[in-house]
Parts: sequence; C-alpha cells; structure tokens
Amino acid sequence: MDNAAPLGKDLLGIKELKRDDILQILETASAFKEVLERDIKKVPTLRGKTMVNLFFEPSTRTRMSFELAGKRLSMDVINVSIQLSSVVKGETLLDTIRTMEAYGADIVVIRHSSSGVPHLLAGNVNASVINAGDGFNEHPTQALLDLFTIRRMKGRLEGLEVAIVGDIAHSRVARSNIYAMGKLGMNIRLVGPPTLIPAGIETLPGVKVFHRMEDGLAGADVVMQLRVQKERQDSWFFPTISEYAKLYILNSKRLALAKDDAIVMHPGPINRGIEISSDVADGTRSMILDQVANGLAVRMAVLYLLSGARA
Amino acid sequence: MSKEILSRDEINRALTRMAHEILERNRGAENIRLVGIQRGGVYLAARLAGKICGIEGVAPPLGSLDITLYRDDLKLKKGLPTIKKTDMPVSIDGKCVVLVDDVIFTGRTIRAAMDALMDFGRPALIQLAVLIDRGHRELPIKADYVGKNIPTARGENVKVQFAEEGEDDRVTLKREGEP
Amino acid sequence: MNDNVLIKGGRVVDPASGLDSIMDVFIENGVISKVSGGIENPPDNCSVIDSAGLLVIPGLVDMHTHLREPGFEYKETIATGTRAAVRGGFTAVCCMANTNPVNDEPAITRFILSKAASDGACPVYPIGAITVGLDGKNLAEMASLADAGCVAFSDDGKPVMDSLLMRRALEYSRIFGKPVISHSEDARLVAGGVMNEGLNATRMGLRGIPWAAEEVMIARDIALCELSGGRLHVAHISTKGSVRLIREAKARGLAVTAETCPHYFTITDEACIGYNTAAKVNPPLRARADKLAIREGLADGTIDAIATDHAPHHREEKAMGFDDAPFGISGLETALALSLRMVEKGVISLNRMIDLMSAAPCRIMGIPERRIAEGSVANITIVDPAVEWEVDPASFVSLGKNTPFEGLRLKGRAAFTIVNGRVCENFKGD
Repeated sequence: MDNAAPLGKDLLGIKELKRDDILQILETASAFKEVLERDIKKVPTLRGKTMVNLFFEPSTRTRMSFELAGKRLSMDVINVSIQLSSVVKGETLLDTIRTMEAYGADIVVIRHSSSGVPHLLAGNVNASVINAGDGFNEHPTQALLDLFTIRRMKGRLEGLEVAIVGDIAHSRVARSNIYAMGKLGMNIRLVGPPTLIPAGIETLPGVKVFHRMEDGLAGADVVMQLRVQKERQDSWFFPTISEYAKLYILNSKRLALAKDDAIVMHPGPINRGIEISSDVADGTRSMILDQVANGLAVRMAVLYLLSGARA
Repeated sequence: MSKEILSRDEINRALTRMAHEILERNRGAENIRLVGIQRGGVYLAARLAGKICGIEGVAPPLGSLDITLYRDDLKLKKGLPTIKKTDMPVSIDGKCVVLVDDVIFTGRTIRAAMDALMDFGRPALIQLAVLIDRGHRELPIKADYVGKNIPTARGENVKVQFAEEGEDDRVTLKREGEP
Repeated sequence: MNDNVLIKGGRVVDPASGLDSIMDVFIENGVISKVSGGIENPPDNCSVIDSAGLLVIPGLVDMHTHLREPGFEYKETIATGTRAAVRGGFTAVCCMANTNPVNDEPAITRFILSKAASDGACPVYPIGAITVGLDGKNLAEMASLADAGCVAFSDDGKPVMDSLLMRRALEYSRIFGKPVISHSEDARLVAGGVMNEGLNATRMGLRGIPWAAEEVMIARDIALCELSGGRLHVAHISTKGSVRLIREAKARGLAVTAETCPHYFTITDEACIGYNTAAKVNPPLRARADKLAIREGLADGTIDAIATDHAPHHREEKAMGFDDAPFGISGLETALALSLRMVEKGVISLNRMIDLMSAAPCRIMGIPERRIAEGSVANITIVDPAVEWEVDPASFVSLGKNTPFEGLRLKGRAAFTIVNGRVCENFKGD
C-alpha cells in the first residue's frame, strides 16, 4: 500500500464514500496529527495551490478549521462570505463559482443552507469541491473528525455503541455520522423526541431509535449530543426549551448510564444547560476540544487526498 | 532478469564499514543522531545504531522521517503516496544528524528530507549515509557515507529487500520493463 | 382499608376473568380475597351486602368527565362531580383540561390530584392539555404533565385546528406512550352552528353543524395517527360516517380508539325541538341513521368505550336562548341506565357493556383495570337491573341538572359502588 487510492474529485458526502475511503482518510489524518504536534506545524505539501472557502451560511468554527488546514499545507486561502439577503438564483451561484475558478481555485470548500448545492457545484467546476455542510444533508468532515476522535480514544470503531442525542431531523452532522458509522459496523442509537427523528432513518444500517435517554444511553461507548436550536419550539418540535432540556440534557447522572469509559462528544457550539450540563461539557470524559483539534488534522488529510486526485 | 548487486553478507560488511566511518569522522557517537528516511532508511539507521553500539558501547538516538509532505513531485506521481510515520523523539538542535537512506538517485528525496529536518530543529551538521549510490543526481547533493556505488541507466530499477519486511537482505538491479 | 365486606349471592359478571354466575365475593382490607360460590360463616366485623337479584360487575370508569374545578366551581366541583360519578356506578373518572386555569402545566395537575385525594369520592385521573391555554397555538409541556400524573392529552371542547400542531402532539406523545384525545370538529365548518344540520335545524331557524365538521377532522386525525405512530383516541363520535372512518382505520391496524356517549345512541336532534337547551350538546345530537350506526359500532367493536362527556352547567346558563346556551349534558348519573337499555334491547350484551364502560376505558387510559378476581383491589359496581326509576335532575348529586332525559323512565342503576374497597350505598332509603 505505497499509494493511496484516489478519493475522486470531490468530497460531497459520506454517502458517496466507501468504507476503505473513510479508513484511508483516518489513517492519513493520523499522519497530519503528528505534523500538528511539531513546533513548526506547517508543511510545504500544497504550495502554490489555492483554496476558496465559500460560505453562504455564517460559520466561524468550520471556516476557521478549513482555513487553517489549508494554511498548514501551505495553500493560498481566500475566504468568501456571502450573506443570503435575497434569493440566490442558480445562475448567480454558478457565476460566483466561475469567478472563483478564474482566480485559479484548486479546491472550493462550500457551505450552503440548501441541501445539494455542493453537488450542483461539483458538476459545474473543475476544482475539487468539499462540502462543509449543506442544509440538512451532510457535513462529511465533521463525521470524519468524530470518527477520528472516537478511534483515537477507543482504539477501534467496529462494534462500538454510539448514542446520538437530539435534533436528528435537522442535523447534517447526525446524518453524516450515521452513514459513516453504518459503513464501519458501528451500532447507532438515535435518541430524541419522535418529532425530531426523520422518517425512515430507522431502516438504515446499524440504526436503532429511542425516545428516552434512559433507554438510549444504557451501555453506550460514545454519547454524542447535538445542538438544539431554540427556534424549533416555534414549529412545535417540542413544547419549550426547558422541557427539552429536562428530557434530553446530558448530565452526570445520565452519563452514568453509559459505560464507565464512555466519551462525550458535541459538534459545537454547545448550549450549556440545554443539551449538555457544564460539569459534563468540561469534564474529563468530554472530547469537545479534542474534536476541534482533530478537525484540523482530518481536514488536512482531506485536502491532501483530494489534491492527489487532481494530479 | 534482475541482477544481484549486494548479497546479505555484503550489505552487512558495508554497514559495518559505514559505522566505523561515521564514528571516525565524528570522533565517537556522542553527538550523533541517526535519522532514517521511510522506509528502507529506517531499517538501515537501526542497523547502523546497533553496529555503533557494538563498537562504542553506546547507541546513538534514532529518528524516522517521512518526506511525503515535502516532496516536489506529488503532481508527477500516479496516485498519492501513503504518508508514513515520522518520529523524532529527541531534539536535534546542535547535534550531528546522519540522514540514512537506502538508495540515492536524483537527490530530491534528500532535499525534501533536509527541509523536513529543519522543521524539527537546527542541527549543527547534517551528513548523509546511503547503502547504494546509483548516480544521476539532479541536485548538488553528495553522500558522506556510501555502501556501494553502482553505475546504472536511468530506466533501471534498484531494488533493496530487507529482512525487516520478511525477505532476504539483498540489492538487485532490474532493467526497465522487467517484472 | 376498612371493614371486610361479603357480597353475597349476586350474579358476578366479569368477562375479563371469565366469570358469569351466582357467586360470593369477599373483600378483605379493600382487596378481593375470595371469589367463589357459597362463602358461609362470614367472619366477625364483616358487613354483608345481600346481592340476590343484583349484578356484580367490575367498577365502571368514565374516561371523559368535566369536573369544572378549578375555575367553574359554580357548575361542578371535584367533590360533587366524583360523588355523582360514584352514584352513577363509576369507580374512577378522567377529567378534561378545560378548567380555569387550564390543566396545561404540572401545578394544575397536582392541584387536581391533591383536591381529588382530599375531597374526591373516587380516584380522578387528569387529562392534560395538548396546547397551552387550549388556544391551539403552542404545545403544552406534555412530558412534564405526564410526569405529574396526566394519563392522556386533549384540548377537548376545542379542536386542534392546526394539522401540523396535531401531528407534533401525536409524535411527541410517543415519548411517554399516552393517547392524544381528539375533539373532532372543524371549527370553520361548524361556523357558528348550534345543532345538527338538517331539517329540524332548518324548521327551527337555527344554524346547523354538518356531520362533515366531525368527519373531516376524524379523517385528518386518522391520517396523522398513521403518519406519526402516536395513539389516537377519538372522543364522543356521533355520526354514521365517523363510525365508518373508525372501522376502516381499525381494519388497517392503526392505533385508533373511539368513544361515544349515551345520548348519541339514545336520542336524536328531535330532542332539540322546542328550543330545548338541555339537548344542546357538542357534537350535536344527530339523525336517526346516525344513532343506529352508533349502536352498530358499539355492537361490532368499532367503538371501544362509552364515556359520559359529563358537562355540567349552571341552570342560569342553560336558561338562555338556544344560540347562547352552552353545549353540554350532565351525564354521570344516567349513563349506566341508558347503557343497560342497550343491553335490554339486545343491541349489546352485558359482557360487551362491561368492556365498553370499564375494561376498555382502563386499557385506553392506562389506568389499573377493574377485575373481579382474587388479589384485585375492590372496585366493583353492584347493579340493580330491575329497579325502575324516572330521571329527575333535581335528585342529581351533580350540580349540573342539565339533562335531556328528564322525565324518562329508565331501568337499572348502581345500588352500590365499591371504590378501592370502600362501599357506597347509592340509594339508601329510596
């Protein structure tokens, strides 16, 4: 295995990846994790290549992570934030992208509130497209960094019991994780009110649905809490944020239901006292900051592997 | 048909000589750091360390270096090299680093290795030890310790096998297009 | 609990226990300790109820009662309502949320429960609101209400007009597995109607409520039940089409149950003639074909339960013009006799009636089933099936005297109601 198998031109979602692709990204990320532990954390690998961060949705964390990943690989990085004050028509979107290409972008990282926009883009540009979150569809690099974090802590992935708790219906993070974990033979418990469990999800490989923390957390190796949006109470997904917290907050009492060595994850930013209590978020089993740090290594790995495909 | 250039015993004798040369040139093992380039260089560095220990009673600290991220030819390669382990457990600041590789060819790997090395610190001195020098340098780089110089054609392929990978130690030369 | 009781010589009928024969039932400390033929020599300090000629059946449970407290104590209180229930043969009631304040938060649920514990003649199981203030706009904290003791959820008295909100309620209720009870009425189709739409309304010059107002919502809620996987209970069905909709839903295996009320299988909208506000009820009394279809639904199992929809109102309120008088019938004290009438007419069997009025309500609401079996807590109704009586609202224990059955001669009533082992003799000295 001297040569890595190419990933293809784009990273649009975990759905499109094979099991071996995922494992290869995780292996490669381990190498970059070592680079990030050096005094000089920058390597010249992608010198002369250009990355455009095209964010149609406000984001600080993911954009920063991609930006730094590119810079650590010596790429030139351009950040473009486009506020969607008016309806952006298909032509306008593609025109924006073509402009990016005219600047010589090799990789376009895109986030958009509308599912499928990265796919539209990928079919229309020569640059590699990385999906940094599209609507409720996917957020593949988040799932990859979650898996990377889990594997570093647990030493394995297959057979692990993972509880994903909260607003599954509106979570691209949950979806990407579900696809990835399914491909890797992990057992997924989705925990949330029935109002926030999307139709048919229980038929996916490895997935079981629970509505109470007490049922879903028992014996879990990993507990992943999702961010809940307060606005969801306006569409009656739950009566009030306080009742949501009562039912689904991860506190130390509930964490005790999981395995003794269970780890706690959250894609951030966290709502303290709503989906996670402060003592758990700041506790020794919390991987929240490790996830952020690992995200950088995983995104470097993705940039590296996609650049190879373009050669 | 591939032709054997070095046998197991010849490799061993060459490494013994190189160990002596390294010690002689650096006046002992005290300041030496042996850094192998992935993969073959890593095995050779370990063997050199063993021999130095046999002579001096002290083994110099070892490091390993993967130079993939420093290559200048990523674009030219088919597929993408898998990134292997880099491990620099001790400081190289102010030390004599002996880079170890199995074959020197164009010199570009060594250039990348020196760049990588610089990211880990500021050695007082970098030397280069290779088992085979097959010529055709594209950069002004010369090995300090050489197991054997072998004239080759550009299209030929020098293959080094290692006991560490479950094969017999040997170096062979294959002509272009041969299996 | 208190004294030991021997129920002697009655016809003990409990389909769930497979019983139908003359037997004795011995109750020790509130628990049935023996059910067998001929228990002689009762121990000392044991009261004996001579039940020769009487029916000894599992205690009735009313799954749809308006107790009016807190907020409308002039109409009814927890004390008077539960006494009326016991007198009607009921050993427990489920009370609706349309009090003031509405039972849409745990503090109200706890108030009702504590008041029932101190003043109540029988256990009260509160039903929580689906929406805050029954205003159909925001979901109530149903999980917290369930924790506090609510056994089901309903905006009864008002429909949940917003289909998305109803969907969410049905989905959300799956967390704690309690039914959502639909007051099935499309407010837009009701459009200010006060009685059944038809010739009688036309002749009286009153605005009608079409059958479709009920059936549109039932059809919607059945679809939402199927979509959501929640448990739907349809309250007080009154039309032929509603029976058909429920029957079809059940045939498709959906988690749908339904109740009707005695007035729908007993009388029709003719009772409104003369602007009789005692017959103004929601849903309205319907046509003869509807009444017959309801009976058929009771017989064939389409309708799961008979509930009273006991809706007491003050005399002054009902003494308004037909348009302005409130909807509702005081039903706790006539329900058993009106249901026995269906047994007498051969519409349903006695076993079926017991299921409709005791076992099924308990199953649907998830409250302890009343059984005549050794080891069960004694919740028993002892029915005198032969006694004839005339409905006289003035004699009601309920504060609500509003009944369209005034003056009707009925046969059968609960001579004794045993609630958690405590014996109430309902018509002492009558």
